[in-house]
Amino acid sequence: MAATAMATTGRLGGLRSFGASPAQVVLALAVAAFLVAFLLVPVLRVAWVAFQGPNGFTLVHFGDFFASTLFRESLYNSTYVAAMTVVLATIIAVPLAYFIARFDFPGAGIIHTLGVIPLVMPPFVGAIAMQLIYGRNGTVNLLLNDAFGFRIPFMEGLNGVIFVEGIHYFPFILLNLSAALSNIDSAMEESAQNLGARGWTLFRTIVFPLAFPGYIAGASLVFVKVFDDLATPLLLNVTAMLAPQAYLRITSVGLADPVGYVISVIMVVVSLAAMGGAALLLRGRDYATQQRGGGGLQRRRMSSGEAAVAWGFIGLTLLIVLSPHVGILLLSLGTVWSFSPLPDAFTLAHYGTVLRESTQYLVNTLLYCGGAGLLDVVLGVAIAYLVQRTSLPGRRLLDQAATASLAVPGLVLGIGILRTYFEVSIPGIEGSFATSGLMLTIVYAVRRLPYALRACDAAMRQLHVSIEEAAEMLGAGKMLTLTRIVVPLMIGGIAAGFVTSFATAAVELSATLLLVTRDVNAPLSYAIYVYMQSPAGRGPGAALGVIAVAVVAVGTWLSHSLAERDRARRSREVIAA
Amino acid sequence: MNAPPNGVEVDAVSFAYGANVILDDVSLAVPRGEFFAFLGPSGSGKTTLLRLIAGFGRPERGAIRVGGRDVTGAPPWDRNVGMVFQNYALWPHMTVAENVAFGLHRRRVPRAEVARRVEQALDLVGLEGYGGRRPAQLSGGQQQRVALARTVVIEPEVLLLDEPLSNLDAQLRVEMRGELRALQRKTGLTTIFVTHDQEEANAISDRMAVLDGGRIQQIGRPVDLYDRPANRFVAGFLGTANLVEGEVARQQEGLVFRSAEGIVLPAPDDVAPGRALVALRPQALSISENGRAPSIAGEVRRTEFLGGHVRYAIEAHGLTFYVDEPHLRGREALAPGTRVQLAADPEQLTFLRP
Repeated sequence: MAATAMATTGRLGGLRSFGASPAQVVLALAVAAFLVAFLLVPVLRVAWVAFQGPNGFTLVHFGDFFASTLFRESLYNSTYVAAMTVVLATIIAVPLAYFIARFDFPGAGIIHTLGVIPLVMPPFVGAIAMQLIYGRNGTVNLLLNDAFGFRIPFMEGLNGVIFVEGIHYFPFILLNLSAALSNIDSAMEESAQNLGARGWTLFRTIVFPLAFPGYIAGASLVFVKVFDDLATPLLLNVTAMLAPQAYLRITSVGLADPVGYVISVIMVVVSLAAMGGAALLLRGRDYATQQRGGGGLQRRRMSSGEAAVAWGFIGLTLLIVLSPHVGILLLSLGTVWSFSPLPDAFTLAHYGTVLRESTQYLVNTLLYCGGAGLLDVVLGVAIAYLVQRTSLPGRRLLDQAATASLAVPGLVLGIGILRTYFEVSIPGIEGSFATSGLMLTIVYAVRRLPYALRACDAAMRQLHVSIEEAAEMLGAGKMLTLTRIVVPLMIGGIAAGFVTSFATAAVELSATLLLVTRDVNAPLSYAIYVYMQSPAGRGPGAALGVIAVAVVAVGTWLSHSLAERDRARRSREVIAA
Repeated sequence: MNAPPNGVEVDAVSFAYGANVILDDVSLAVPRGEFFAFLGPSGSGKTTLLRLIAGFGRPERGAIRVGGRDVTGAPPWDRNVGMVFQNYALWPHMTVAENVAFGLHRRRVPRAEVARRVEQALDLVGLEGYGGRRPAQLSGGQQQRVALARTVVIEPEVLLLDEPLSNLDAQLRVEMRGELRALQRKTGLTTIFVTHDQEEANAISDRMAVLDGGRIQQIGRPVDLYDRPANRFVAGFLGTANLVEGEVARQQEGLVFRSAEGIVLPAPDDVAPGRALVALRPQALSISENGRAPSIAGEVRRTEFLGGHVRYAIEAHGLTFYVDEPHLRGREALAPGTRVQLAADPEQLTFLRP
């Protein structure tokens, strides 16, 4: 007996020294294999092709890229659009954040709602509706022209992309900035006042520097998202930008054309540079954790003049932010809408068309996104568990690899997957593995994994390790503890992670555009895109868009209330304790 | 000749949040250069009172004067009152030197003088050479010193300290309170210190005000408040007190206190006959196993060994009395169940209005 025990210990000694059970090692390897196969290899493959000439390593493709006027212009345009979107989003978000931080203000609820409305509708869905409202011959300009004889080029060329992206992405700045402001310890302002500061001096020396990190976090996110977006410029027919160029080269010239890969590398480098730059700027400025109090700025009542300005600004913002939603609804219900402020007549025919022709898309979306959400929470719980509860070497690498997918544009991942798996076929799946529904599910899972992982990681962090130790002490093994104790206690966070993955995957369109080759495999987002291409398809496309927005809205609400319920339950437990 | 103005005067101040009365007709005066403490349990209004002196909030009634000037309506930045916040409130985006220089810059002090005074202030709190660091790189005690330096450097009319020691661990707390006292002596600043810890207030202050329920219960030197509490609250809040309710009546041998439970104690001549509340400190009672009159018969229920002394809980006439006996090596505590006699020193009894 003793000899057997000794032998077992000896064989597993190497693992034991890391405090890991064999099951944990297998789990770690499985997660690693998934990330390597569907994230690392495809992305490296893209980079490899970009630097690969007939005789090995070469920079000649990059030379070609920068020699072309079109590509240089595209790089400039993408940078310009991303930067100007940050400016526009800042102009919208900063006053809103200031209103709720500084004032006892009944409009605060509206501002919070304003911060969510745009997020439930992906920018490409609203793009066409925005054309119809703000375009050269859209509602606003027709009315302006009739009344005053001039038009405002909201939607001309790059302006259109900036406008549509700006009103979609400003909540990223609003939410981050609001959080930073409300994390400011109220004694920060009071101590400055006590030492003689007030008004502008107080803002310049104390409030602004403390809120700055929150602003940068939001602004860098907006920059990267816009820089990488493919569908919005495509739908607005702006092709002289990086992502559309890469897409057009791959789909028209072919998978072998190196320019698409060069652009992919440039996009990843710019994304990483923007995130890295932001991180560098924020180093040592994690003020939220260095302040003890919280409570935010001192609130005061608005004067009637201030209230008039605030309500005016909020009203205008609300009008603009809601216009894509209203536009898409009108479009889905209108017969013909062209050269007129409103559709000529209203009908439910488009919804009929959609229900007759497009249930397949809806079913596909439910399948792919449900699968992706499931995959994400399984991976998320596994990674969170490995990172927090084991001392396996390289476990942090799993977290970092999963999170790195944030820096990989959907377009780049799509190209990489195509290049890596186009020749692969799997028994039981018709056609290429790369363009199958299964692959779409996997790609969605990889792209949304960072969000689900953060949700699972946070849920597990709130579980004290002693809860597990108590189970182990009573005889439960590591895996039994995980499945019977840990996962049930994390269920709120897991559910929130699932719903977030599901809802945001439902409107993914960058990788989708590359990987869908046949209608039978197409999800909702792809169908909206295809419908929207033709004037005749806009009605049904808008109807599908309304359905997609409804799915995302319900999902967002569900994920929010799940997280809230979990928090409420937790705080009750604390009170009970 | 006029007397020099007080450092701080609070004159009949009341303050409420809606229907919730926080301070009710509070008046006190702190002479220049005094170290004064506001002592009270949480919710007693002591921090609110301190914040009103600093200008955070405006009293509904009454006036506040600092250095003889009425500052009741003045904003915080226009008072020259220095406050050290409970959580220090150091600005994390500034270095230690920048934190300390902040108030001087607001006062448009010339650059060279700012540098000199910042250095002086850091010297004063024992942090020479720390000017270039960030608050996050300092320990709790060091952060506390920076907060002090930042406030004293502007040479305020009065220094307000809001529970400054509550975020420190026990040993550092005792050390820092000694340093605070020394700093106050050195600078001569009128200082008000808020605390809920009576030992802290006793050790550090010249005089203190005990607050409860938004009212001042008593003002005086720590030792006077301990020895001659004005009411039941002060007696119970400053250390342990055994409280017995009863009646004082004249008998042949003089005034005698008698409780409903049958406890009899001698009363001094200056006590008015009638209903009374007697407060006895645990060290004012002594235990003997065979008593002399007038004494109280009781039985030991529990003992707690507290190092320097042993605290007994003794049940007598249905009441529990706490009695402290000094502990010396070789002396064993009485066992529970031992029957004892309690004797009270008439000099040590405090008679209160019930």
